[in-house]
Amino acid sequence: MSSVTHEENMKKPVSQGGDEALIRRFSPASQAEPLKNAELLEKDEVEKLKDTGFDLSGEGRSGTFLMANCGVTKCACGGVRGVELMPVTEALKKYGWLKEYWWQLVEADKDAFTKETERGLDNGYFIRALPGERIVYPLQTCLYIRSDNTAQRVHNIVIAEEGSELHVITGCATHPHLTSGLHIGVSEFYVKKGAKIVFTMIHNWGEDVYVRPRTGVRVEEDGVFLSNYITLKGVKSIQTYPVAYLTGTNALARFNSVIVAPKGSHIDTGAKVVLEAPGAKSEIISRTISYGGRIIARGHLVGLAKGVKAHLECQGLILSEEGVIHAIPELEAHVADVDMSHEAAVGKIAKEEIEYLMARGLSEEEATSTIVRGFLNVEIEGLSKELNEELKSIATEGQKGM
Amino acid sequence: MLKIEDLWVDIHGKEVLRGINLHIGRGETHCLFGKNGSGKTTLLMTIMGFSGYEIKQGRISFKGQDITKTPLNERSAMGAGLLFQRPPTLRGVKLKDMLAVCRRGKDDSGLAEQLAVKYGFDRFLEREVNLGFSGGEIKKSELLQLLAQNPDLTLLDEPESGVDIENLQIIGDMIRKLLQKDIHRNRQKSGLIITHTGFILNYVAADRGHVMLDGQIYCQGNPLEIFEGIQKYGYEECVRCRQ
Ligand SMILES: Nc1ncnc2c1ncn2[C@@H]1O[C@H](COP(=O)(O)OP(=O)(O)OP(=O)(O)O)[C@@H](O)[C@H]1O
Ligand SMILES: [Mg+2]
Repeated sequence: MSSVTHEENMKKPVSQGGDEALIRRFSPASQAEPLKNAELLEKDEVEKLKDTGFDLSGEGRSGTFLMANCGVTKCACGGVRGVELMPVTEALKKYGWLKEYWWQLVEADKDAFTKETERGLDNGYFIRALPGERIVYPLQTCLYIRSDNTAQRVHNIVIAEEGSELHVITGCATHPHLTSGLHIGVSEFYVKKGAKIVFTMIHNWGEDVYVRPRTGVRVEEDGVFLSNYITLKGVKSIQTYPVAYLTGTNALARFNSVIVAPKGSHIDTGAKVVLEAPGAKSEIISRTISYGGRIIARGHLVGLAKGVKAHLECQGLILSEEGVIHAIPELEAHVADVDMSHEAAVGKIAKEEIEYLMARGLSEEEATSTIVRGFLNVEIEGLSKELNEELKSIATEGQKGM
Repeated sequence: MLKIEDLWVDIHGKEVLRGINLHIGRGETHCLFGKNGSGKTTLLMTIMGFSGYEIKQGRISFKGQDITKTPLNERSAMGAGLLFQRPPTLRGVKLKDMLAVCRRGKDDSGLAEQLAVKYGFDRFLEREVNLGFSGGEIKKSELLQLLAQNPDLTLLDEPESGVDIENLQIIGDMIRKLLQKDIHRNRQKSGLIITHTGFILNYVAADRGHVMLDGQIYCQGNPLEIFEGIQKYGYEECVRCRQ
């Protein structure tokens, strides 16, 4: 890991003070009522979780982890072998070696949110694929804030041991009747030699919810990390900026995100990838839509070794006069022999496209929504066909009422 | 079917059409010749109702109704269809979806896909509309959309440009079908075809030809004779002939 870039990254977050004050506005999840078992979830809660890809039945999943407020309500692997899933507090007790993975890719004193998580950890998940094991079906995890005005502090560790493969779907949500909350989620991903992690995260928050994920990723030789991030619903503010370090030859990291910012939301998102080893590859691709909210779409690629290849793409659609999309693509090459590029396009839907569809009989509104659906219709790599369909229907549903 | 009277159109304040008169009867096919930049595409886009084509004077009526101010999609619903010279790419929208749009509100929703198979274009159904399509593929995709839409008046903007000889036959077949060229009595469908090469006239008979120069129609008559004249003497002859 390059200390220069890491340090620089720590300066990166855009929050300008006031973070401690924000944290103090909420009461810690440890004071909120835990959910004893998943059967106690109301129907509308189950539905809302479903919109994040979390299926309580566990069908088609290798394991299920549900954390509501501060407590782990459900944690089960249903006899699937080759993978471990447990609350992270338990894993820390069970495995002394886990310290080597704890606060290694995200620094504990990075900012007010990491400090708060270190100080007042509620819980989180620990997932580990054992060497050589390919876990076919995804594990699903859900971080759920169920009580109003609550701050949830989560710390997750995901490890794919040498030659293993792991799919994780994470749904993050707040109770459908709850408006205000704070979610802090620290996640550290370790992709060992020749291993692969596909991580899909879907957010479904409430109107006055603040979200602060802090994510670090390390990918070793020939390892692959694919991240898909989707947020389509109302939220007050999200600030996320995962950083991946590609430390081994031919390591690969790809970040895909689909972001919709309704009116009143502020979403500061992006990723940074440090390509430290020869032949490392990366792509950061975002599709953003503003219905009046503010979006910052960041991307920073740092090429430190020969023969690395990286591409950055931000595409943004502004569908309301008040909307703001600010794309900040950064390329930074420290050696000559790199292939790094970026592409950014922000604006409203081209009139020609709308009129093309109108000439085939659609009204202006219908034409607009057809184009928006197409824009969001990204075939997400690394997911099964079924999951892709599931995501598409979530995206289509998410469009309703916009 | 279509009647245009003294039509004057500006684009961005620039006078492009200057007093066009044109009448296309039910079942008739007309073709439009003319130099690059003379205003042919502008005329078709104005008939269809695209924004940016500012009508300064004159009127357009379609099926007896004044449509000069009718929105684009309503003209489409009334039975007007256009083959675009340069259609935009629709990211994430598959040709299949586009055909469903064209087929909307009509029965036999499977028809479009059958047609795609018939014209050897079914492997494009899952492709995003016009994304990476070759020149000839764009024309086929446009014609397939029009066949699905089944308009009564089809406006074809250079349907054969960029099409190879083998595909010309297929495109000719598609246009013949659109314009009901195999029906000889009581034909309902009308068409207006822009062509530079005249190749399409070998497949689709036209009833009347028009030459457009500098935003005006200079000459009307038998399409084959006009085309021969243009080939022999060039457009300058039209200018001289009119004077
Ligand atoms: N959006 C526009 N802005 C400015 N000028 C335009 C625009 N669209 C068309 N024009 C101009 O209007 C004139 C007529 O253009 P039009 O496309 O109708 O010609 P055309 O006869 O179809 O030519 P071609 O045979 O090359 O297709 C041209 O001079 C063209 O440059
Ligand atoms: Mg033209």
